[in-house]
Amino acid sequence: MAGVSTAHRPDSAATTRRGEALIEFLLRASAAIGIITTVGIVTVLLVEAIFFFGEVSPVDFFTGTRWSASILPYAFGVIPLITSTLMIAFIALVLAVPLGVLAAVWMSEFASQRVRSIIKPVLEILAGIPTIVYGFFAITVITPLLKATILPDLGTFSALSAGIVVGILVLPLVASLTEDALRAVPRGLREGSYALGATRWETVRRVLLPAALSGIAAAVILAMSRAVGETMAVVLAAGTNPQLTLNPTESVQTMTAFIVQISLGDTPAESIQFKALFAVGATLFAITFTLNLISAWLVARYRNVYE
Amino acid sequence: MNEREPVTKPSVSQIGATAPSGATEATSASSTNPALLLENVSCWYGAFRAVREVSLAIPRNKVTALIGPSGCGKSTLLRSINRMNDLVPGFRMEGEIAFEGTSVHSRATDVIDLRRRVGMVFQKPNPFPKSIFENVAFGLRLLGETAGIDALVEESLRAAALWDEVKDKLDQPGLSLSGGQQQRLCIARAIAIRPEVILMDEPCSALDPKSTLQIEELMRKLIRDYTIVIVTHNMQQAARASDYTVFLTMGDDRAGYVVEQGETGKIFTAPQQQLTADYVSGRFG
Amino acid sequence: MSTQTTTRRKVANALFGLLAFFAIFASLVTLVALLIDVVARGGSSVDLQFFTSAPSRIPAKAGILPALVGTLWVTTLVAIMTFPIGVAAAIYLEEYAGRGRWSRLLRINISNLAGVPSIVYGIFGLALFVRLLGLGRTVFAAALTLSLLILPVVIISSMEAIRAVPPSQREAAYALGATRWQMVRRALLPAAAPGILTGIVLAVGRAVGETAPLILIGAVTFVTFVPVNPFEDKYTVLPIQIFNWAGRPQAAFQEISAAAILVLLVLMFLLNLVAIILRARLSRTIQW
Repeated sequence: MAGVSTAHRPDSAATTRRGEALIEFLLRASAAIGIITTVGIVTVLLVEAIFFFGEVSPVDFFTGTRWSASILPYAFGVIPLITSTLMIAFIALVLAVPLGVLAAVWMSEFASQRVRSIIKPVLEILAGIPTIVYGFFAITVITPLLKATILPDLGTFSALSAGIVVGILVLPLVASLTEDALRAVPRGLREGSYALGATRWETVRRVLLPAALSGIAAAVILAMSRAVGETMAVVLAAGTNPQLTLNPTESVQTMTAFIVQISLGDTPAESIQFKALFAVGATLFAITFTLNLISAWLVARYRNVYE
Repeated sequence: MNEREPVTKPSVSQIGATAPSGATEATSASSTNPALLLENVSCWYGAFRAVREVSLAIPRNKVTALIGPSGCGKSTLLRSINRMNDLVPGFRMEGEIAFEGTSVHSRATDVIDLRRRVGMVFQKPNPFPKSIFENVAFGLRLLGETAGIDALVEESLRAAALWDEVKDKLDQPGLSLSGGQQQRLCIARAIAIRPEVILMDEPCSALDPKSTLQIEELMRKLIRDYTIVIVTHNMQQAARASDYTVFLTMGDDRAGYVVEQGETGKIFTAPQQQLTADYVSGRFG
Repeated sequence: MSTQTTTRRKVANALFGLLAFFAIFASLVTLVALLIDVVARGGSSVDLQFFTSAPSRIPAKAGILPALVGTLWVTTLVAIMTFPIGVAAAIYLEEYAGRGRWSRLLRINISNLAGVPSIVYGIFGLALFVRLLGLGRTVFAAALTLSLLILPVVIISSMEAIRAVPPSQREAAYALGATRWQMVRRALLPAAAPGILTGIVLAVGRAVGETAPLILIGAVTFVTFVPVNPFEDKYTVLPIQIFNWAGRPQAAFQEISAAAILVLLVLMFLLNLVAIILRARLSRTIQW
């Protein structure tokens, strides 16, 4: 029979092993880009922020309540930016969390397979729309709608309009993560409740939601992180007025909007405004990073309970 | 060229001359130049011992069946021969497995080459999501043996009794075949690279009875050129298709050990150990 | 149990069902409203002249040519760069790295990066690519920045695609005497290809719509010429053109902004379609 050589081939084995080692090295280097990026981001933000804090004291930055980066007299108290960011995020969550959780509960417990196969793509499409389009939607539909119905004195820019649109933006995220959390609840819990004669609503309220609470909390926090980091929708909808206010009908400036404002202008690289950009960026990163960590921890917790 | 030792058919008296313990069985069978020799092999997964001090000889150009109740380490033992257990984290082996006189764990052994010379067919057929041709050619391409590949693929498919069924659709996906055909495809894939030993881990348990018989017939033909070791749950299969049988069972420590080994006919009709007699008569397992 | 209580409970149940359905319905309505608004506002402005002209102070004459070309440039470069690196990293994490502390750190790190706001990537790209490495405000710097942005997503989806390949496939290859890389290249990747490619196309689709990072790294908002040299020329992209027009008060600019949005959405839709078709065609032969 014509055959394949059976001779022991130690030489080819050695070259194969060297080739294998090189390939493994290249693959590991690719994976390391992840670490390098994280280290890079943290380094850049930290270093530039330190330059900023050489000119503006951290105490003034973190506790000051007046922010005026372009108009003299300059002031760099970041509180107005933070409150504006949080206010918009809060409005977004007030919209997205109840609707998102309800939508998830409906898809997970009530809807038929056919309906679910229509709704899921709809939510996925909503999630995939670029945020600039949401910003556009805010100024062409939401703000006029609000003005025409309940707030006739509303200005062109408002935190409310931005908050609503960011809420629509994060709703799919809340819905899909909540659905994951509900799916992780074992069927036995549902069956036990139904067997005792509970209605579906009662099962949801008394058994499922409490059981999925960690997961839902994780979803909410992740959505908050997303809302905090949102840029284009708030830039178009909320404007660039860095005032300290809790009135959602006012025009405000978020951290992200400030960063965009500076980049759009012809700000020289060594100016205090440019350095402020990095300081605000570092603050933003710190907030979202912390929120993401909390969310991940919550997810790990509920996974452990059920697996 | 593949060189074969002239096969000396072991006389009945040589293997049949039994001693009470399984260990000395191995020595008498080895007088016929076994393909594989296992000496005091124990296997651990972490702290759990799955196989305890197994010694056996696998005779050349014969079908050797490893039988026994489930969980007694038959597959673990089989997979240790071609070092597939290297892929399992926490696995450890003691004792020696000698293939053609060289320990499979020695420095001189290249595990890649070992696996070419000792092939494996798995319980559930696992053809690649490629064409029938490419499935069989896979091993040849690994070795860079692309000259005359068409002829080699045809030869392997013929030897696996699959050629007539697929010769007109070699470019069809391997997964489009039936279960029995897929398993014969996997056999063709394994023998394309001309191994010396073929390990089969319950190759028929996922197949219908007709395909099972086809594969058993195939095994009888293949031993002309290969040594076959088969793990099987199916006692009737072992009785039908094998020449030599090794009976393992689980001890109180949940580790598998060899109870008895010998010519198949003797194991099933005149076993030496009570445990063996109980198992082959269906009283347990 | 009194029938009164049971009726009350049933009513509550029905009400809840209604409320939940309303939530879904609201989402659907919003999506439809958004699309209708965009189409109504901008549909009439999408014509050949729109595609072939440069932006201008006069809305009627303005077009998206430079922005479109810029988007195509950036998207192509991003796809080329993220593909090898993302897949390589995924292969390493799934097949080569152990389960020890170091590899767990790598994995957690990738998940964290996926959650960083896109504007932070813009800041990083500004500091690293534009300034430190001196690449300037070019298409190349934009592509590098966006590649970093979508790399975690590409890695995660590739890892999932690789993980979906059953272990029996790997065993089959090893049992035939394959080395690890041979197993990966000849058995694993061909089997995981549909999932990997789909993931990359979807991630690139995301990059197409990104605005904030590109503002940070210097995509200019009023560009009248078409970029030719990705290492030198100034450029703009569709989302930024949209942003530029949307910010102007005149209704006519709102219209062409909507028109540009339409083009962007169609582009993203096409990319998603490609992803779906790819997956369907490639996975035809793979039925575990």
